[in-house]
Amino acid sequence: MSQFLEISGLNARIDADGQEKQILRGVDLSIPPGEVHVIMGPNGSGKSTLSYVLAGREDYEVTAGSVLFKGQDLLAMAPEERAAAGLFLAFQSPVELPGVNNANFLRTAVNAVRRARGQEELDAVAFLKLAREAAKTLSMAPDMLKRNVNVGFSGGEKKRNEVLQMTLLQPSFAILDETDSGLDVDALRVVAEGVNRLRAPTFSALVITHHQKLLDYLVPDRIHVMARGRIILSGGPELARQIDQEGYAKFLSEAA
Amino acid sequence: MPVATETKEAVEKLGQSTYKWGFETDIEMDLAPKGLNEDIIRLISSRKEEPGWMLEWRLAAFRTWQSMEDPKWAKVSYPPIDYQDIHYYAAPRSKAGPKSLDEVDPALLKTYEKLGIPLHEQALLAGVEPGEGERLPVAVDAVFDSVSVATTFRKTLAEAGVIFCPISEAIREHPDLVRRYLGSVVPAGDNFYSALNSAVFTDGSFVYVPKGVRCPMELSTYFRINARNTGQFERTLIVVEEGASVSYLEGCTAPMRDENQLHAAVVELVAMDDASIKYSTVQNWYPGDEEGRGGIYNFVTKRGACRGARSKISWTQVETGSAITWKYPSCILQGEGSVGEFYSVAVTNNCQQADTGTKMIHLGRNTRSTIIAKTISAGRSDSTYRGLVRVQPKASGARNFTQCDSLLIGDKCGAHTVPYIECRNMAARVEHEATTSKISEDQLFYCRQRGLSEEDAVGLIVNGFCRDVLKELPMEFAVEAQKLLQISLEGSVG
Repeated sequence: MSQFLEISGLNARIDADGQEKQILRGVDLSIPPGEVHVIMGPNGSGKSTLSYVLAGREDYEVTAGSVLFKGQDLLAMAPEERAAAGLFLAFQSPVELPGVNNANFLRTAVNAVRRARGQEELDAVAFLKLAREAAKTLSMAPDMLKRNVNVGFSGGEKKRNEVLQMTLLQPSFAILDETDSGLDVDALRVVAEGVNRLRAPTFSALVITHHQKLLDYLVPDRIHVMARGRIILSGGPELARQIDQEGYAKFLSEAA
Repeated sequence: MPVATETKEAVEKLGQSTYKWGFETDIEMDLAPKGLNEDIIRLISSRKEEPGWMLEWRLAAFRTWQSMEDPKWAKVSYPPIDYQDIHYYAAPRSKAGPKSLDEVDPALLKTYEKLGIPLHEQALLAGVEPGEGERLPVAVDAVFDSVSVATTFRKTLAEAGVIFCPISEAIREHPDLVRRYLGSVVPAGDNFYSALNSAVFTDGSFVYVPKGVRCPMELSTYFRINARNTGQFERTLIVVEEGASVSYLEGCTAPMRDENQLHAAVVELVAMDDASIKYSTVQNWYPGDEEGRGGIYNFVTKRGACRGARSKISWTQVETGSAITWKYPSCILQGEGSVGEFYSVAVTNNCQQADTGTKMIHLGRNTRSTIIAKTISAGRSDSTYRGLVRVQPKASGARNFTQCDSLLIGDKCGAHTVPYIECRNMAARVEHEATTSKISEDQLFYCRQRGLSEEDAVGLIVNGFCRDVLKELPMEFAVEAQKLLQISLEGSVG
C-alpha cells in the first residue's frame, strides 16, 4: 500500500507585514496508515505552520513541494474539501464563534462532511444523542453543547471541545497542534484517550507537542524533530524521552 | 392594459442566487395615469368607495405634502425623485372584490405560491389543533400592489372578535374606529413621506383586538410591488385594547427592475392598558443589482403609541432588501410602566444603503425601552444605525438599554452608529453600548476546516451575530430569516 500521507520537499512562506518570511524549507515526511507520528521541536521551527499548510490556511504560500493524501493532491483542495477527505486539525488556539450554538455548529459540520462523503445526514435528535454520549466520554459538562462555540470556555474546555469535534467528525487523519499545552494530567489523559479511541488501521495522526507526558498515554510510532523549517531527525518513541531529558540543543548542533 | 414584459423563465435565467423573488405576474392591471394631483387623489378615493371625510383627510394631507421637502439628513444618497413620474394607483383588474379564495385570479394565487405564502392552510382551516410549541396558524392579508387580495382566517378571527381586514374595507365597515385612530400616532404632516402616504395610500391592513382578547393566531401581511413605476403606499393601523395582545408579521418582496421604485408606508400601532403588540418585519424588497441599478426605495414611517399603563410594543425587523432603507420604527411610551422594544438586523450588500434605527420617547413614569441593533455591511454598501432615546421631565424611573453592533465583511463597506440621547430627568437611566467587528480569517478558516463551505461559514457566523434579534422573531419566521441572511450575503466573501 502506498503511503497514507506523503510530504515531499515542502516549502512555504507567509507575508508578514509586507515582508516575505520563509518558514518551511523542504519538509519531507511520510506517514503510513494506522500510525501516530509526533513532531517535536523548538519554538519557531515551523511546526504550527506545517499543520496550517496541511489544513489549507490561505495566508501561507506554498512555494515548492507536494503533499499527497491517500493519493490525492492535498494542496489543490479547499480547506473544506480536505476536511471532507478526512483531515482534521485540532487547533492550538480554538476560535470563538459568538452567538453560534456549539451543538448546532457541530451538527452543521458533521452533516457537511457526511454530505461530502456521500453519507446520510443526521437529524437533530440522532445527532444530539451521539454528541451527548461523546461529550460524556470526554468528561465534558453537559451544558457545553448548549453554550456558544468556545466562548467563555477555559483553556482545558476548549481543548476538550476540539477532541469532541474530532470524535464526531471521524477523521482518517488528525493533526493535533499542541492540544496538550496548558492541560492538567486528567485533561491530558482525556485528550489521549480521545485519539486512542480513533486508532485503527485506517487512521493516522500527527501530534505536535513539547511534552513527553502526552506520549505516555499516546504511544507513538515515530518521533520527528523539526528545526528551522525541516525535519532534521526521526526515530522511535525513545527519541522523545531522550529530548525530554536532554533538550533540543544537542540534536540541533549535530544537525547543523 | 396588460402589464407584463418579463416571464418567469427569463428571470430564472438570471440565476436564483441573485434575487429569488424577482418574477412578474402577468395579470390585467387597472392603472391610474402617472402623476400626483387632487384629481388622482379623488380617483383613488372613489375607486375605494370611500366616505367624504376620508377624501377630505387625504386632500388636507396632500396640501401639507406640497409645502414640504423630502428629508436630507439621512446618510443615503440618490438622484431626486420625480413624484409626477409615478403611478399612484395600480390594481389587479377584477370584477367585484373577491369574497373567497376561489374568486381570486388564479395567476395571482400562483404568485403567492411562488412566494411561499401559506394561503392554503387547509389542515389548519379544517380545525387541526396545533400542539404546544408547534407552528401556530397564520392569517395572511396579502397586498398585491395597491389592493388587498384575500384575507384568510377571517372567520376564526371574527369569532374571537378580532377585526383583520384591508384598511380600505375598514374605512367603509368600521369608520368610527378608523377615524378615531388613523393619523393619531403618525399625523399626516409628521414628515414628507407620511404626508405623501396619507394623501395617496391605496391599501394596507387594519387590525382591531378588543378588550381582553389574545389574538388566537399570528397575523401576517405580505406586500409585493408588481407593476412598473408604481409606488406602493400601504397604510397599516393596529389597535389593541386593554389587556389584549397580538403578534403581527409583514414580509415584503418585489420583482427585479432596472428603475427604482418608491415604497412609502405608514404603520401606526396603538396599545391600551396592559395591551401588547409584537410587530415583526422580514423585508427583502429587491435591493438592486450589483452595480446599484434598480431596487426599492423604502421610506417608511412606523410608530407605536403605548397609551395605556403597562402596555408593550415590540418591533423586530430583519432588513435585507431595498436599494435604500429609511426607517425608524419608534415607540411613544406614554402609559406608566409601558415598555418599548426594538430588535433589528439590517444587512446591506453590493451598493445598498440603509439608514435605520428607532426612537424611544419616554413620557410616562417607569417606562422602559430596549434597543438591540445589529448591522451587517458587505460589498460597497453603507449602513447607519440612527437612534433617539428621549426621556421627558415627567418620566421618572425611566430606563433604556441600547446595544448597537456592527459587523463588516470585506473592506469596501461602511458602518456608522449615530445615537442621540436626550435625557431631561435625573432619575432616569440610559445605557448605550456599541461594537464594530469584522468576520476574522481565523473564524472562517476554523469553520472551513470543520467542513463548512465559505458561504455556510459566513452564514453561521452572521446568524450567530444576529442571534439576540432572531430569537425575538416568531418561530416559523426565524428559520426563513436565517436563510434570507445567508442569501443576502452570497458572494460577499472571497
